[in-house]
Amino acid sequence: MDALILQTLNGLDKGSAYALIALGLTLIFGTLGVVNFAHGALFMIGAFCAVTLQRILSASYVTIDDSRTDFLGNPMEVETPYVHAWFGESVGAGIIEWSVPLAILFSIPVMLLIGFVMERGLIKHFYKRPHADQILVTFGLAIVLQEIVKYFYGANPIPTPAPDALTGSFDFGVLLGFDPNVIIYPYWRLVYFAFAALVIGAVFSFLQFTTFGMVVRAGMADRETVGLLGINIDKRFTIMFGIAAAVAGLAGVMYAPINSPNYHMGMDFLVLSFVVVVVGGMGSLPGAVLAGFLLGILESFASMTQVINLIPGINQIIIYVVAIVVLLVRPRGLMGRKGVMEE
Amino acid sequence: MLGLGKKDLGLLAAVAALTLLAPFLLNPFPSDSSLAQFNAGYPDLMQRFVIFGIFAIGFNILFGLTGYLSFGHAAFLGVGSYAAVWMFKLLTMNVIPAIILSVIVAGLFALLIGFISLRRSGIYFAILTLAFAQMSFALAYSVLTPITNGETGLQIALDDPRILGVSATADGSIPVTHLFGLEMRATEILNLGPWQFQFSAGYYLCAAIMLAAFYLSIRIFRSPFGMMLRAVKSNQQRLYYTGLNARPYTLAAFVISGMYAGLAGGLLASMDPLAGAERMQWTASGEVVLMTILGGAGTLIGPVLGAGFIKYFENIFSKLNDNVLHGWFAFLPDGLENAVVAIIHPFVGKGWHLTLGLMFMLVVIFLPGGLVEGGQRIGRLFRRKRGSEERAAQQTPAE
Repeated sequence: MDALILQTLNGLDKGSAYALIALGLTLIFGTLGVVNFAHGALFMIGAFCAVTLQRILSASYVTIDDSRTDFLGNPMEVETPYVHAWFGESVGAGIIEWSVPLAILFSIPVMLLIGFVMERGLIKHFYKRPHADQILVTFGLAIVLQEIVKYFYGANPIPTPAPDALTGSFDFGVLLGFDPNVIIYPYWRLVYFAFAALVIGAVFSFLQFTTFGMVVRAGMADRETVGLLGINIDKRFTIMFGIAAAVAGLAGVMYAPINSPNYHMGMDFLVLSFVVVVVGGMGSLPGAVLAGFLLGILESFASMTQVINLIPGINQIIIYVVAIVVLLVRPRGLMGRKGVMEE
Repeated sequence: MLGLGKKDLGLLAAVAALTLLAPFLLNPFPSDSSLAQFNAGYPDLMQRFVIFGIFAIGFNILFGLTGYLSFGHAAFLGVGSYAAVWMFKLLTMNVIPAIILSVIVAGLFALLIGFISLRRSGIYFAILTLAFAQMSFALAYSVLTPITNGETGLQIALDDPRILGVSATADGSIPVTHLFGLEMRATEILNLGPWQFQFSAGYYLCAAIMLAAFYLSIRIFRSPFGMMLRAVKSNQQRLYYTGLNARPYTLAAFVISGMYAGLAGGLLASMDPLAGAERMQWTASGEVVLMTILGGAGTLIGPVLGAGFIKYFENIFSKLNDNVLHGWFAFLPDGLENAVVAIIHPFVGKGWHLTLGLMFMLVVIFLPGGLVEGGQRIGRLFRRKRGSEERAAQQTPAE
């Protein structure tokens, strides 16, 4: 029982990432009808937003401290981050330490901008082209983005720690009446899950309760009619693309402490996120979220030793197996609407 | 002749001439000149040209004709490689049984995957094939380690129980792959003045097989079966309404293209007897899509061109480094030289994938028909110009 709870918890953080990326993919697909293979790259760029902010905040100047000497006997060079100088030692250290949560604020405008540029500059020209062309051009874009990041940040993963206050683990088992140290769970993963839930809730309520969201939903259902009513639906869809990019970026920012960002993390997540979208049902937002968590948790169950002993290697392929079964048994996906992407 | 039309025969003859004379054509620069690094006429690279040519020709039979975009074709290549290496390990170092087995195994594998994936089309098909390929990749890395040797990759060892042949040669080294005694790595070197031309047995075997594969693909393109596949691409709905079931045709195309991929994998292993899981990764699948698109999907010659183009530039671009660049632009003033090198630097060497990605995007955006369409456009441009000149020439006397 405790193992099951532990695995469910373990699956939540990966599931959150899947859900957020799949949500963005579905938003783009549902509004613009474009299959975006570059979405994983957006997730990766989000993670590198956190890295960048951390570097910006740690930018420091060098002073020579005559009172101390280094091991060669020369006067010691002391690096002082600018934030230390501006805000005082303790506040400055705090700012650097909290750079990952701060990167959320930093990444939103960056990702929105990237999303707008991408949609206006490239995707716009592919609405009328076949899906194969959309897949190919965004695949090319993903390679380009990935290589640009690799050029600037190198090929090695860059550790981006979470704030000290959130690095510990939380003894979940005690709460539920188990022995201590049976179910322990890192704080940051809890934060990640809560954050994902918040973002997902925000996106849904934005679509459900604002006029803008209503128009977008109407456009998803029948783009032509909305256009005939004199509403500039293209502009709104562009904004939705930006939001989808921002959601992927946020997922990336918060994922940085869990998995040190490297340039190919986007590709690794992309394939799985597509599978998640297909399982959830193409064009269904709740489906994407549900399938994201479901597959994350399933993956984590499959990596339990008992299961691996039973079916070796199952943890590597469980998601694909589920996807294949779902596509064959229920091609529309778990919550897919009728008539979306059906030939 | 050979059941081909005049035009196709010309095309086949042109490809045959190009591949057979490749050691000359790809070595235009004397080996002591500074341009020698642009030479591609060494066996290893030439083999890759034709092997990936085969891979792309096969992919084109599926994607170019039926329009089904498979994102997992590298899986068949990988399976073919493994099959071939196992044949080397267990039966004989002769390449023929290895190649035959790799084609058969890849074909069976394609039959299985195709049977399931082809129930869906469009993006679902792409994702299904991608999922299968990633699954094979993951399995090859983990559970199937006894068969695939995991991360290290499957290699030939000294203690292989080879039924026909010896486990180790008399001097205690690993035997090499051969075709009835003709070693695949055997290379004749012809020195003509400063030029050095290399004729590799392995290359000519691959080239001969590639020509056969190309011939077969022309026959498929021109056959009623090929017509049927094109009908699937242009309007599957209408095909159903006429009472035809498209799936057997698409499945056949899928299996054929899988067998081509297996053949390519088998040849790769025959030239260099090792097989690794990374050959099955989805980036490898993306590469063959790229080759086909770049050359021109749905055209006969396109995939061959695309494969050659990408493999050539991959090789040349990734070899360029800052020293070479500085050498090239030495004629510029120093500041300008450094600036030019700094601009080019991200695109060459390790940054070759950036160039590849950009090229890919540009082709998809501006030239969806690939190099073949580009060539046709240029050809049309010239023809029109000549046409207008002729008209102008005719008009002049009338004045």
